[in-house]
Amino acid sequence: MLMSVPSNPGFWVNEPVRVALTVGAGAALVCAVVGCATVMRRQAFAGHALADVSSAGGSAAYLLGLNPLLGFLGMAAAVAVVMEWADMREVRERDLLTGVVLGAGLGLTALLLYFDATMGSVSGAAMTVLFGSMFTIPATIVPVALAVAGAALVASAIIYRPLLLSALAADLARAQGLRVRAVTLTHAVTLALAVSLAAMTVGAILATALLIGPAAAALRLARRPFEALVLAALIGLGATWGGIALAYESFYWTPGRGWPVSFFIVILIFVAYLLSSWAATRRGARRGAALYGCEGA
Amino acid sequence: MSTVAAALTVERACVELGGRPILREVSFQLAPGEFCGLIGSNGSGKTTLLRAILGFVRLDSGQIRLADGTTAGRLVGYVPQKIALDPGLPLRARDVVALGLDGARLGPALPSRRRAEQVEQMLHAVGAEAFADQRVGLLSGGQQQRVLVAHALVRRPRLLLLDEPLANLDVRSTAEIVALLRRLSREYGAAVLLSAHDMNPLLPAMDRIVYLAHGSAVAGKAEEVVRTEVLSELYGYHVDVVRVHGRVVVVAAEASDQIRAAVARDPVHTASVP
Amino acid sequence: MFAPFMVHAWLLATIVALVSGAIGFFVVARRAAFPAHALPLGAFPGAAAASLLGVNQLLGLAVFCALGVLVISQLQRGERREVASALWLALSLAAGVLLLSLSGVYAQSINGLLFGQVLGVSREQVVSVAVLSVGALGVLALFARPLLLDSLSGELAAAALGRTGRLEWIFLAMLALTTVIAVPVVGALLVFTLMVGPASAARAFTNRPWRALAGSVALSVASVWGAIALAYLTNWPVGLFVGLLGAACYVSGRLRSAGAVAQAG
Repeated sequence: MLMSVPSNPGFWVNEPVRVALTVGAGAALVCAVVGCATVMRRQAFAGHALADVSSAGGSAAYLLGLNPLLGFLGMAAAVAVVMEWADMREVRERDLLTGVVLGAGLGLTALLLYFDATMGSVSGAAMTVLFGSMFTIPATIVPVALAVAGAALVASAIIYRPLLLSALAADLARAQGLRVRAVTLTHAVTLALAVSLAAMTVGAILATALLIGPAAAALRLARRPFEALVLAALIGLGATWGGIALAYESFYWTPGRGWPVSFFIVILIFVAYLLSSWAATRRGARRGAALYGCEGA
Repeated sequence: MSTVAAALTVERACVELGGRPILREVSFQLAPGEFCGLIGSNGSGKTTLLRAILGFVRLDSGQIRLADGTTAGRLVGYVPQKIALDPGLPLRARDVVALGLDGARLGPALPSRRRAEQVEQMLHAVGAEAFADQRVGLLSGGQQQRVLVAHALVRRPRLLLLDEPLANLDVRSTAEIVALLRRLSREYGAAVLLSAHDMNPLLPAMDRIVYLAHGSAVAGKAEEVVRTEVLSELYGYHVDVVRVHGRVVVVAAEASDQIRAAVARDPVHTASVP
Repeated sequence: MFAPFMVHAWLLATIVALVSGAIGFFVVARRAAFPAHALPLGAFPGAAAASLLGVNQLLGLAVFCALGVLVISQLQRGERREVASALWLALSLAAGVLLLSLSGVYAQSINGLLFGQVLGVSREQVVSVAVLSVGALGVLALFARPLLLDSLSGELAAAALGRTGRLEWIFLAMLALTTVIAVPVVGALLVFTLMVGPASAARAFTNRPWRALAGSVALSVASVWGAIALAYLTNWPVGLFVGLLGAACYVSGRLRSAGAVAQAG
């Protein structure tokens, strides 16, 4: 069924599909790279909160008729910087702070979506903002999305080593004269970029899947950081393109109504996670047996 | 004073945190390659002193100078206290050592033979080749300790600071780590300042001791410092330095009487009174 | 605002606030903000499915909550806790998207599920929620001390009780029950604000755990009442005010702690 898609001539020449493939690829790559750092730094909740909160920006953009990507991005970046700043002293408070910011942001989303529904003439804004709809992404977004993706990847590459070192132990980084706050702040901004791209692709609420899923799967398997990045990128890209292909195909399953792309992407990511988790456990068991064998001898 | 040659000079260093004095006029000097124990009980200010040398804590008065005349910076290697490396990180032991070499540089590391050789050599020096390719978070405490020492030393610092590196190690690993650090400080010409609450494992290795109590310090050779009259003056009340079965114990006066009595009654089982 | 048709709304909201405030105390003590967010939001597709199939919403919520507890506690082994919550959330919401998309409507009722809906509450709903709430509060009262001990130190609780894993289960189960009670009223996206905001503020004002628990419940009730009143007056969604009042609680707590530290210093 998956194989039948590329042979379907409509798939490749279809403009919305091409836009979806391009934007989706950018989102998947950036999310894989930024997601690895996010999971390593135990910031999955913060990443999720940013994604959810960015929906307020998305709904505002629909209300004002702006480019939705800029809406998502503006909100996510503002909140990321504020959270990183407020986080300064009390690391143990991070989860609570994240939760409260998330609550306030979602409250705002509720209001803006209410305005979208009552004042604006935009129908289905809520569905698009929260759950994404890849086949309706306007082609005009492609250059902006690619620029955002490029910026995020370059910034991630620049802080690659310092961020790894800070993830290992902030004190070790400081002892090398590193300004840890500058590094984590940069990472917060790349997180905002990644999350807004993902919100554009799979919707604000499901962006977490693209950000955390491939990274978590890759981190279980990889032996070193670069391996994790490559693996996460492959999983993310595979799931996104596979999801798009399946969704396109699904128009033929239930005539007249396609299944949502987001659904397929998330399911594929979850399957990848389960597989990698299973492989990691098996490898761990083997290594454990080897270790015990060694000690017994 | 021979300040130019010293690897570390601490002069009348004072630190207050939240209105409480943590360090009071601490002064001492380390020569290059010297191996020095920073001894004191919990809360005596050991960690604060190390963090002040690193520049993490600002002095309220006094001065700390390193070999190149700067305060803090790239000439100091550091192994933090009770570090438990996260098993979720996909980092091998050799990646951690490589991060010690250039972890603060921007951009990903380009493959370089020289870099790989430096890392390999350091892994060899601390005896970590056997587990160099394993996930660092899954190694034992003693193994992680070795990896972190390699991480700290790989940049060839002139001064190496270790915060309680012997806590949570068993007797054999303790002796091994002390011997290793002693050897490395000679080989690399790095002064070592190592904090510990028990001086005994360090006694055979130490060139010098800095003894901290309630934020005040005395420094010198072990046999000069660990004496009843010197430490009594430091503590501000009478303490006894007791030697029991080759171990040195510092106790308040009444306690030392009790220990002597106990040893007299049962010399075998009280041998390890802390 | 106090018209007869609003009476049920006020009653229901008060019950929900009582339970949320109580469980919120433990959410904050255990630093479980993410699970407290992931369970309700992850259960929302259950309610959506139920309303599409025409069965009781509470049933749909309960099924998805139970699934959530299972998946989260299963994934938590050998994985980071926050990753487990994130994965469950994504999985369940993906199912929700599919349901919404296949049914072809983004109905106002779904919007209510996400952001809260206090009007149009029936007497039966009030009764069933009241019964569930009494159950939840009873279990919490029974396990209050072990749960508190476990939050302080898992090892201490394990030493006292033999096993520690069971407490996490009880906590997640009570969280799930609260979700079932609260989601139809406050909305899946914002239930946890009602747990986290008041509780985090309350612990800044007292050092005694049970006073903090009482304070959390009181603040939670006050937040809900305030939110309903404001929503009634402005005609804006109740979720907005729940979110903002929760944030206000948290900020007041932070300011109070900062003031206390400054005084002590």
